[in-house]
Amino acid sequence: MSSTFEKVADIIAETADIDRASITEESHAIDDLGIDSLAFLDIAFAIDKAFGIKLPLEQWTQEVNEGKAPAENYFVMKNLCARIDELVAAKKA
Amino acid sequence: MQLEYFQMIDQVVSFDREGARLVARSRIPVVSPIFEGHFPGHPLMPGVLLIETMAQTSGYLLLGLNRFVSMPFLTKVNAANLRRFVGPDTPIDMEATLLHDGSGYAVTKARITSGGKAVCDAEIMFKLLPFPDMLGEKMRANAARLGMMVEEPAA
Repeated sequence: MSSTFEKVADIIAETADIDRASITEESHAIDDLGIDSLAFLDIAFAIDKAFGIKLPLEQWTQEVNEGKAPAENYFVMKNLCARIDELVAAKKA
Repeated sequence: MQLEYFQMIDQVVSFDREGARLVARSRIPVVSPIFEGHFPGHPLMPGVLLIETMAQTSGYLLLGLNRFVSMPFLTKVNAANLRRFVGPDTPIDMEATLLHDGSGYAVTKARITSGGKAVCDAEIMFKLLPFPDMLGEKMRANAARLGMMVEEPAA
């Protein structure tokens, strides 16, 4: 598992009070882990701080609501971590 | 300050866009029905209203920063410390600074002092949403009434 996954899973477990062992790369943050939109703001804040990025939540939400992208693209752990890695790489570039 | 109407800010003293900081002031009213219950014969400004005052100060900071494009709604108060009692007719100074500008949310650090002494502080999170109905215009009018320079919304 990637170090990004480990870091994000730790953040989610601590921020949303979720059993760390229950979080896998296939977990859907909303459907499987039961994280609601307000709790996700806490998680986004912690991820933004930890990685020095700005998760584009508004853009993601709009894309999902307009049917341009499935929610899984952003809210399944392995995909969320891939998006984070992309944002970190873009920041360094 | 009119506690019953949730008008917690008397005046916006300064708004610094570059420094992402807003300073405001108020004077706790001499008389309010709130003090009849909090507490009988021993009037004190309720801690929840001090937190509301910090939230409103932060809210105007965020409104100024986003040029009144979206409304900050309180979602979380973190690390709140109520350090000193304040009662009727006490002047208080509020300050809010931007801690984090997220996507669709923001986090501020706010504090209140009185006579240079710490009253309370907190880290406050807001969700930023489009203005419902005519709220945007009303918030701009409120800001202008408080002495805050109100810029036109970004095109």
